[in-house]
Amino acid sequence: MKVEEKMVGITSFGAYIPWWRLKREILGKGKKGEKAVAGPDEDSTTMAVAAALDCLHEGDRKMIDGLFFASTTSPYKEKQISTIVASAIDLKPEISTADIANTLRGGIDGLKIAVDMVKAGSARKAMVVVSDCRVGSPGSDWEENCGDGAAAFIIGDSDPKARLEGTYSVSNEMLDVWRAEGDAFIRSWEDRFIASEGYDRVMKDTISIFLRDRGLTPSEITKAILSGSNPRRIMALARSLGLDPQKQLPDPLFDRMGNTGAAYPLMLLIKALEEAKEGDLILVAGYGDGATALLFRVGEGIEKARGKRGIAGHLASSQPVPDYPTYLKWKGLLKELPPIRPYMPTDPSASAIWRERDQNLRFHGSRCKVCNTIQYPPQRICTNCHTKDELESIRLSDKRGKIFTFSFDSLTGHIPVVVDLDGGGRILGMMTDCDPGQMKIDMPVELSFRRMLSARGMHDYYWKVVPVREGGDQDERDKGQSGHHRDGLL
Amino acid sequence: MKGIKDKVAIIGMGCSKFGERWDKSVEDLVIEAAYEAYEDAGIEPKDIQAAWWGTMESGELGRALAYPLKLEYIPITRVENRCASSLDAMRNAAYAIAAGIYDLVLVCGGEKLKDSGFPGVGLDPRAPYTSGVEVDMSPPASFAQCAVRYFHRYGIDPQKGKEALARIAVKNHHNGRLNPKAHFQQEVTLEQVMNAPIIAWPLGLLDCCPVSDGGSAAILTRADLAKNFKKDYVLLKALSLCAGAYQPRLRQGCEMTSLEENRRSAEMAYAEAGIKDPRKELDLAIVHDCFTIHEFLIYEDFGFSPRGKAMEDVEAGTFTREGELPVNTDGGLKCFGHPVGASGLRMVYEVYKQLQGKAGPRQLGKADLGLAHCAGGTPILSLVSAVAILGR
Repeated sequence: MKVEEKMVGITSFGAYIPWWRLKREILGKGKKGEKAVAGPDEDSTTMAVAAALDCLHEGDRKMIDGLFFASTTSPYKEKQISTIVASAIDLKPEISTADIANTLRGGIDGLKIAVDMVKAGSARKAMVVVSDCRVGSPGSDWEENCGDGAAAFIIGDSDPKARLEGTYSVSNEMLDVWRAEGDAFIRSWEDRFIASEGYDRVMKDTISIFLRDRGLTPSEITKAILSGSNPRRIMALARSLGLDPQKQLPDPLFDRMGNTGAAYPLMLLIKALEEAKEGDLILVAGYGDGATALLFRVGEGIEKARGKRGIAGHLASSQPVPDYPTYLKWKGLLKELPPIRPYMPTDPSASAIWRERDQNLRFHGSRCKVCNTIQYPPQRICTNCHTKDELESIRLSDKRGKIFTFSFDSLTGHIPVVVDLDGGGRILGMMTDCDPGQMKIDMPVELSFRRMLSARGMHDYYWKVVPVREGGDQDERDKGQSGHHRDGLL
Repeated sequence: MKGIKDKVAIIGMGCSKFGERWDKSVEDLVIEAAYEAYEDAGIEPKDIQAAWWGTMESGELGRALAYPLKLEYIPITRVENRCASSLDAMRNAAYAIAAGIYDLVLVCGGEKLKDSGFPGVGLDPRAPYTSGVEVDMSPPASFAQCAVRYFHRYGIDPQKGKEALARIAVKNHHNGRLNPKAHFQQEVTLEQVMNAPIIAWPLGLLDCCPVSDGGSAAILTRADLAKNFKKDYVLLKALSLCAGAYQPRLRQGCEMTSLEENRRSAEMAYAEAGIKDPRKELDLAIVHDCFTIHEFLIYEDFGFSPRGKAMEDVEAGTFTREGELPVNTDGGLKCFGHPVGASGLRMVYEVYKQLQGKAGPRQLGKADLGLAHCAGGTPILSLVSAVAILGR
């Protein structure tokens, strides 16, 4: 008896590239291009949240039954990040969550697992978020090449815009690139060894066997996305596979973004999907302790699956990291004495963080059912009409707003702001990713999930305020779905 | 509801030298202030029946006052309301006198801030454990938000606005130079204030009060008993306290160009004292100029200036010693210094001395009715504002 196989694939996709870019000439004279760098309040968790929100459509929240987070730079050794991401993007608690760690193939294999999960019927939709910010030793090629970024996908069986046609994986045990427990930097063995016995051979074998088994010739592939640690290696691999690098390889974005680790092939996949048309055949191959290849057939209406900003949108706005010491500080490689100053924040309390999880991570405020006043943090007694316990939760993280007032605090180095949210509600917040010169009253702003501080091995996440970032022409997409604030009610 | 007017008298006051008192502990500062007050009132420490101790973080429990002064086995209450601590302590003490519970009580304020190792006001690091996400904002940054909003709302050129604020610092230093107990005794020029390093724009270093060490004390008795101690006692005409509930943070529409706690605390005090036109009736006001913008906003919230007109009054010199209503004749927080828990009674001390005609070279021509005000907190969250009105 033949079971009809479900049409499973990507229903939406989104990405995140940090605002900050390191110009490579800072690393050495004559070095070209720039790479994306997570700001001092960003990490793999916050970038994952940003990509997930870029990808998420309003109706998805009810349908997502599983979320996978993949990274080689999880801020925790023991603790899930997928639960933080699921909370921050305000998914329901009744979902499966898992982290895929320790491999650059984590994102690609996460996609494969999510597809299998949906095929098996254990999830209607599953989200895969992959995020990395690897650190290369100062002066190394890794430092030059590694950038920071994240990608997110929603996999579903209802009208996927890019259908997964097939997958193929090979496991290959070797020490070519690794980081041991406690290693700050990427380690690798000799280039010649890595290439001949690792990357070149394993990728070539995996892809050629995959294509042969599916009865495809290289020329039938519209775009081939090959992960790799540098563009020359990728080009050489493509040629050896019989692919035309000029026509079939996408811009590797090394000059603008860098190699974003586990997120890299999937960010390039998003770039390809942003430019794809119906009928295109897209091959993605990821490398790390073996290789995994996926093949997607682009369907009708692919543009509807696009993220709000995506790769193209995020590349459109950037700010240079001022200098190398700043970069080193952000990466935790240059330690300074903390300034002696008033109002040092106290160490956070895990029980207080837990108690405030809805207001801090989900950014829920409350709306009074009697007088409609929206207030943050959520209150039990309405600030306006004083009615008790007649307030309902409302998600505020997706609201935009306008600066009511602000100041520059030289004692803390922050820009504390008061923001009046569109549709009601006011928040006291901190600006980030902001050129101080652009600050003015009534400036439009939005919210961004950031790491506030780390102490006692705890990372404390919260929402900050950012100027509405350029490149968001897709923002009109959700109009009519979430344009009115009542839709945010839970 | 009966008010406090004319029921309680101040018969003695003391104030330590404020400043960087590296060689003095908070106990030394309290002794300095309390013994001046005992002498002024002509009483012995053993006459004190109860005491109130106002401090933010320089001594927990009533015993922190009992220990240095050796006040043995009497009721002592510690009051903490940040910058309003000692004025609120006096308010509670006055009510105990008015209720007829005690005849003679001591109120002390004190703070030792210069042992912290940094030049700003710190918060007790043992403050309640939190989730750690609260916005990390210094007090000048919070008050600067009011200035930014004020300039925007009234269409004031920011540089002109900054200059008006600077004039307040210049005035307060001019007044404070005559005060040997003040943290500073020198004048500052408009150029110096304008060119000082920026702390939180538009507030520069010289728009901000210094952090100081100091102690202050008052002795209170029933009005009908006051004449037994001295002829020139001073009467309480009004006491008010007003706490906000985070309205500016929670509600759109709360402007930060007017601070409601200040406005209401003044309104309550005027009603109790029977004051209709404070600008005409008051002979002086000592107000909470922690930052120049705060004194600026107080002019309007206290009814000294019409709404939106504070700048014109500053430029006209309305609040100088020679002006229509002298404000901060002792130098204010800006020049006298700000040992948080001690400041409230220091403000009362200046009004008390002026009403007695004992303000020395600072003495105003006519001083029959004066106001003291202090407020703790930050504008966007909320203030606790305290006002005392004193008369003869």
